Amino acid sequence: MRIELEKRPQVSKLFGFVSPLLALVLTLIAGSIMFALLGKDPVGALDAFFVEPLLEVWSLHELAIKAAPLILIAVGLSVCYRSNNWNIGAEGQFTIGAIAGSILPIVFYDWHSPIVLPLMLIMGATGGALFAAIPALLKAHFNTNEILTSLMLVYIAQLFLDWLIRGAWRDPKGFNFPVSRDFAPEAVLPAIWEESGRAHWAFVLAILAAILIWFMMRYTLKGFEIVVLGQSERAGRFAGFSSRRMIWFSFLLSGALAGLAGICEVSGSIGHLQPAISPGYGFTAIIVAFLGRLNPLGITASGLVLALTYLGGEAAQLSIGVSDKVTRVFQGLLLFFVLSCDTLIFYRIRIVWSRVQAVTGKVAQ
Amino acid sequence: MIFEAILLTVITAATPLVIAAFGELVTERAGVLNLGVEGMMIMGAVGAFAAAQATGSPYIGLLAGIATGAVFSLFFGFLTLTLVTNQVATGLSLTILGLGASGMLGESYVGIPGIKVPQVYIPYLSEIPFIGPVLFHQDLVFYLSIVLVIGINWFLFKSRSGLKLRAIGDNHGSAHALGIDVIRTRYLAVMFGGACAGLAGAQLSLVYTPQWVENMAAGRGWIALALVVFASWRPWRVLAGGYLFGAVSIGQLHAQAFGIGIPSQFLSMLPYAATIVVLIIISHNRRTTLINTPASLGKAFVPDR
Repeated sequence: MRIELEKRPQVSKLFGFVSPLLALVLTLIAGSIMFALLGKDPVGALDAFFVEPLLEVWSLHELAIKAAPLILIAVGLSVCYRSNNWNIGAEGQFTIGAIAGSILPIVFYDWHSPIVLPLMLIMGATGGALFAAIPALLKAHFNTNEILTSLMLVYIAQLFLDWLIRGAWRDPKGFNFPVSRDFAPEAVLPAIWEESGRAHWAFVLAILAAILIWFMMRYTLKGFEIVVLGQSERAGRFAGFSSRRMIWFSFLLSGALAGLAGICEVSGSIGHLQPAISPGYGFTAIIVAFLGRLNPLGITASGLVLALTYLGGEAAQLSIGVSDKVTRVFQGLLLFFVLSCDTLIFYRIRIVWSRVQAVTGKVAQ
Repeated sequence: MIFEAILLTVITAATPLVIAAFGELVTERAGVLNLGVEGMMIMGAVGAFAAAQATGSPYIGLLAGIATGAVFSLFFGFLTLTLVTNQVATGLSLTILGLGASGMLGESYVGIPGIKVPQVYIPYLSEIPFIGPVLFHQDLVFYLSIVLVIGINWFLFKSRSGLKLRAIGDNHGSAHALGIDVIRTRYLAVMFGGACAGLAGAQLSLVYTPQWVENMAAGRGWIALALVVFASWRPWRVLAGGYLFGAVSIGQLHAQAFGIGIPSQFLSMLPYAATIVVLIIISHNRRTTLINTPASLGKAFVPDR
């Protein structure tokens, strides 16, 4: 038995829509097999993982909290990936954004003003963009592989945060715990609807970013430039587009959004800096971007789905006693199935059962 | 004596890097870019640790590490070779999946003392002053790494199959037209890469620090990928580069122990920073990198039937 691909004469619109859904279904099937192997009732486990978190208002707020950074980062990454720039270091840009944005509430904690929060957000985005500028500079001018450099910078950013928190920025009143001082109230991102839960304005920012980038991709020359350069650098050059400028543009944009996500997370959800500020948002956002088909509106939906895997992982840990590592497995599986189902958009898949048939096919050629 | 001891630890630190990089080198020479090294490595580490615990034998552990890496790489092979998915994204998903699955599988092994692969004295040779203890009193995995570099170099540049593999990496269309089975060769190359990454992971959990710690690969898989670029796809240069990186990471550990006044976090950044610096130096000459990179690297191949 072998699998053969046959190129479709046209890209399948139907499968463009169906393939992410098919991937979700396949992930659920694989997940239930995994739960069965772990000795848990698959139906009950999937229910605890993916349904129960959606049934209460406060946990919908938690969903929005977890979806916000994923959507913010993934929307930026989608611009990168569409233009064929592989920024894999969003986790590091997220971290540096969080640090840069925290300068005001931690170092200048005596300064109370309504402009503190907007300044923090701007500084966070700037920090993320500057950190993303490193792989961009290296790729644009030294031809260095941006996948590897942006990834190495993740480890560097995390060690830098660790050093800050255990050193200069450690809270003097923190009983020697490695945390910074708590942010003053005016440095905290406010909740959207305080009466019912914790969700804060980062979610609104994420939706705004998604709409803006969607508009840019669809209706502006820049969006066209991104797609053309991504599909063929040569064709882009003939059209007068510069791939070097695109490296800068896509990295700075995605870095700024990742940095914004970082400061929003620290200011809105955590309230201080600590050595671990992200459960891998920067990496999960890569999955979000692909599951959303690199389209900002699709990314908004897929961000919510991936946020649910985090939430479900926490819930399942308590209710059915599976490890929170299951979350990562689900996320990995999902990306696997998304990528394989996307093949259906471009190809028809034929299963050839006998060797003879394949051989006669070759002879006929 | 101290110098000798440091050299020994450098070799132990470099061995997983070079072994994983050897595997990736063969994969990339066949034109496939597998970014899942980190994931295959960590799966190899947990597979090896589990098998060694179950059987009590570190050697069965090593074999299990190799097998785990090879089998895990088949996920990647199926997606990129049969379903022609994007190699970059698929490799990343392999890493994400590997980190999650290894964390889950290894949960019950956290804190359990590991089984160390014993060191092998090579009679007479290990008695040579200085060189003896460093080169001939090592664990099995180190000897394997030396066998691998010699074997891979011979295979790639002296054997007929190696020529075919390189041809596929340089131009899969022409290789296919000449009747070479591109897909099958690439499957084998991917599995070889997975087996090597698995062995590298096994070295981590059975030799380097004989225990299981979540995420214990700590970016070594990515450094191995950088080593392949550094070495411009040549096995002996991988070995040289690997020892350089081993020296950097051991050097920073010793510097931390001596307390030289630089915060430990900055010293821990050194291997990663060194990777970036080395990549800049190597890549900066666009012409030479273009000549050395396998031309089909990362490109999907669909045979026209």
